[in-house]
Amino acid sequence: MTDSPPVPDGQRRDGPLVSGQDLHRRFGEGESAVDALRGVSLDIASGGLTAVMGPSGSGKSTLMHILAGLDRPTSGRVFIDGAEITAMDDNHLTRLRRTHIGFIFQFFNLLPMLNARENILIPLEIAGDKPDQAWVDEVVGKVGLQDRLTHRPSELSGGQQQRVAIARALVSRPKVIFADEPTGNLDSASSRDILDLLRDSVDSFGQTTVMVTHDPSAAAIADRILFLADGQIVRDQGRSDASTIVAAMAELGAA
Amino acid sequence: MRRIVLKGLAFRKTRAVLTALAVVLGVAMVSGTYVLTDTIKSAFDQIFQGSYKNTSAVISGREFVSESASGNATVPEPLLAKVRKLPGVAAATGQITGVAGAGDQVQLIGKDGKPLSKGGAPSLGFGIDPSLPQFNPLRLTAGTWAIGPGQVVIDKGTAGNEGFKVGDTVPVAADGPRESFRIVGIAKYGNVDSLGGATLAVFDIPTAQRLLRKEGRFDSISMSAKPGVSDQQLVREVRPLLPPSAKVSTGAAEANKASDDTQKFINFIQYFLLAFAVIALFVGSFVIFNTLSITIAQRAREFATMRMIGASRRQVLRSVLLEGFVIGLLASVTGLFLGLGLAKLLNAIFKALSLDLPQAGTVFATRTVVVSLLIGTIITVASSIVPAIRATRVPPIAAVREGSQVPPTRLSPYSGGFALLLVLASVVALVIGSFANGLSTALTLLLLGVGCLALFVGVALVAKRLVPPIVEVVGQPAERLGGAPGRLARDNAVRNPARTASTAAALMIGLALVTLVATLGAGLRSSDRNALEQQVRADYVVTSDNGFTQFPAAAVKELPAAPGVGVASAVFDDNAKAFGKSIRVDGVDPATIARTYNFQWSQGSDATLAALGPNGAIIKQDYANDRHLKVGDTFQVTTPSGRRPTFVVRGISKPPVFDKIDPLLGKVIVSQDTFSRFFERPKVLLAFITLDRGVSPQATARLKQALARFPDAKVQSKADWVDERVGGVNQLLNLLYVLLALSVIVSLFGMVNTLVLAVFERTRELGMLRAVGMTRRQVRRMIRQESVITALIGAALGLPLGLFLAALVTQALQDQGLGFSVPVGSLVAFTVVAVIAGLLAAILPARRASRLDVLQALQYE
Repeated sequence: MTDSPPVPDGQRRDGPLVSGQDLHRRFGEGESAVDALRGVSLDIASGGLTAVMGPSGSGKSTLMHILAGLDRPTSGRVFIDGAEITAMDDNHLTRLRRTHIGFIFQFFNLLPMLNARENILIPLEIAGDKPDQAWVDEVVGKVGLQDRLTHRPSELSGGQQQRVAIARALVSRPKVIFADEPTGNLDSASSRDILDLLRDSVDSFGQTTVMVTHDPSAAAIADRILFLADGQIVRDQGRSDASTIVAAMAELGAA
Repeated sequence: MRRIVLKGLAFRKTRAVLTALAVVLGVAMVSGTYVLTDTIKSAFDQIFQGSYKNTSAVISGREFVSESASGNATVPEPLLAKVRKLPGVAAATGQITGVAGAGDQVQLIGKDGKPLSKGGAPSLGFGIDPSLPQFNPLRLTAGTWAIGPGQVVIDKGTAGNEGFKVGDTVPVAADGPRESFRIVGIAKYGNVDSLGGATLAVFDIPTAQRLLRKEGRFDSISMSAKPGVSDQQLVREVRPLLPPSAKVSTGAAEANKASDDTQKFINFIQYFLLAFAVIALFVGSFVIFNTLSITIAQRAREFATMRMIGASRRQVLRSVLLEGFVIGLLASVTGLFLGLGLAKLLNAIFKALSLDLPQAGTVFATRTVVVSLLIGTIITVASSIVPAIRATRVPPIAAVREGSQVPPTRLSPYSGGFALLLVLASVVALVIGSFANGLSTALTLLLLGVGCLALFVGVALVAKRLVPPIVEVVGQPAERLGGAPGRLARDNAVRNPARTASTAAALMIGLALVTLVATLGAGLRSSDRNALEQQVRADYVVTSDNGFTQFPAAAVKELPAAPGVGVASAVFDDNAKAFGKSIRVDGVDPATIARTYNFQWSQGSDATLAALGPNGAIIKQDYANDRHLKVGDTFQVTTPSGRRPTFVVRGISKPPVFDKIDPLLGKVIVSQDTFSRFFERPKVLLAFITLDRGVSPQATARLKQALARFPDAKVQSKADWVDERVGGVNQLLNLLYVLLALSVIVSLFGMVNTLVLAVFERTRELGMLRAVGMTRRQVRRMIRQESVITALIGAALGLPLGLFLAALVTQALQDQGLGFSVPVGSLVAFTVVAVIAGLLAAILPARRASRLDVLQALQYE
């Protein structure tokens, strides 16, 4: 596939990196239909870490799937770096994923037959890009996996696997990384490490990151926290500590 | 991407190997067929090249009629002296030679008193002049050449098999009673180790001439040219000397002609075996398709992840196709070399069925390599196309959802209708192929072949919907016998009906084909039995040992005078040519034949026989129709020795319809006197005997005694003779069963694959079942029963399909008198085979399932 940038340079604007406009998402039809999103609009600027929080069923995962181009909204539009992804066909979306989007999964989603180094490098291999060795070394150094690179996922702990996944997301220098409950499958010590790492990558590389989580201590590392309930953004606040977040959540739960 | 695919294959070795096995056997069959037939061809070529190596030119009798019992025309002995006087001839010798297609036999008799040649392979008789070794195709490995009466040289293969040594005595039977000969030497053709079922008896020329009643004649005269005389010049020099019944050609031309003749025969074997390779590959493609479909469903998250990190649909497609390519290539290479072993096995099978073929060094041709690799790889890649397309339809979002499934393709709502349409279209193709008149053979075969394959595919597609009701029935025993594991096995079988259907479909194909074969076989047997019983009214029938070649007339000459014999009526038989086609002509005794054989007359009566006269003939009704012959018309035939008598139609007989498939008497019947006047050295095909007091053990013993000097003559009561003749088709059936077993084995791999993958898929569930108290034994039973249920679905689909195809063929051949007969015993046997196949397929997966660590299984993600 020839790689033309999904966003022509002329159209690049200084506006938000990720933008959602009046997003609705309905699952099912008729009486059993469920509205997961009910008019969500948001702008995410370049460079920070945004956490999306909310109780189960609040629509936070659906929102992220739609923002990342994994799912299409029933109505509304999504722009990444100025390009409307809700209008893109599969080929354009694929190219956008290669250049603009990194993804971190709850269950790591490493390929079991590849060792850590190979897993980190696959996005480049798939896109047919030559790895920039200095950058690869920097990323590997950042996630602290220098001596684990020849291990297969089955030989790594959960925390180590998630580090590999973070390195994989960083390696293609995406405009934005989406992290889906990145600590959801980890013990508390490993969770701490991973959150520190995410924070560090935002601080050192200016990596724009959007993280969905229901864990207040995870949201506490974010620069901005969006609270979702019943398919709508009910709160949008700046950096907060865990206890404030717990309180905010409790308030939502009571509401 | 390439690296990812290769690493993935290495990571899932067992799965890759199990998938590959499905192609390996089919490719091995292709490669084995080529190796076997090339090896046979090379053995024949060595025989022919060796035979004519030092021969510049050969004079031989013309072949007026192909495959005649009395052989080609012969060459008069005095011609040799004239040839030797020609200025261009350096040396010349006459020969009696079995190789050039002569049907006359010199049988070596084994210690059991029976002829040693097997399965209709020739018993070659040679007369050679040892003083001119350059013309001798054979090489001594022990002893000396035969000189004088009573001496014989036999071939190394026979000597080895039967333990004959130089100095032993061996009985020999040619066109007369048996005689004892002393073995003075052992010989072989060049490097040819085995002549297959054929035997070789080499005498000096006068002895061979006497045994074969060719006194004063040769089969051929071989000569070498003087230096400076070309082979063509020699041929031109010889030509004026020849009588009309002889021809001359160069040694090279003669060798090539012989080689071409065998090529046809070898091609037939080749196509026959390749047909089974194609069936095995077809079944294999089902297995690959199914296995890949399942693995792709299980790897949905992997594909989704690839998509998430930037892989395009096309890259996913290519990665799955590449996987198919690598598996196919590895399987093909393995199959290619396995074919070398399979060639030996095929030869052993042929041998076990008395269809030995000559063997020399193994031939491994480039064509074998190319075709095997291509066909195996192409089939595998083609079978992975649909699974690959399905893989591309996995949406990226599947990477973040648990228990994601591969979405159905856009066409899936129409798949049911498509399947029915395919079944319908294939049935139409089969019906047209079976019944339409005036289609070319190629088109008919194409319609039948493609129709059959399409029918299998169609039924496999429809089967998805048939699985639940079939399981209702075939799952009963599992539930009754197996308790809770049995019920779970039943539920598991319908959990993914498409998968179960496609696994069972692979087995269905093999079972449908064996059912077809068994049903046709049963129809042939019962129709043949009726036809034979209607025709023969004798108490006993004398035939050659193998039942279908001619034997010396001398054997039955004195039978009418034997004690207790009422009537003994011999049927002379040979081929002749009429209207440009080879045709069987029989000579009967007009006075006695009607008392042993039941003529059905279309025109004429038993009285017609007595009025045949010196050139009267009775012809069969179809022949009369084909050639527009009426009573009173005349037609000319050419006999093997080149004579051209004209016969007058005196009567038209109408034997039972099945006689077209298994003709008992020839299409043209003349009196024995007439036959003996035009055919040289008449031989007998059948002799019918009625006794004054019917069949009894004593009478049988007396008749055997009367024929004792003729080892090739075999007497049987009518009942035994009918049984044996009708059973002749069993040998063919057995061969077909063995070859179709290959496809069944391939489908077995498919069942193993599906079960192994199912166990893998249900790891957590199995852990749960073990945790709530299911024993290892019960787990094994559950898997075993699921496997047996799948196998029984295969049987439930395959047996009716086979019966349907058989009914179609039977209908198409109705005008040949073929009846439909359901071989109940065989069907039961096939069902048992299916159950055993199910049990075998379950061994590995059941063991895996029962050894799961409960704790790990429960944590399995």
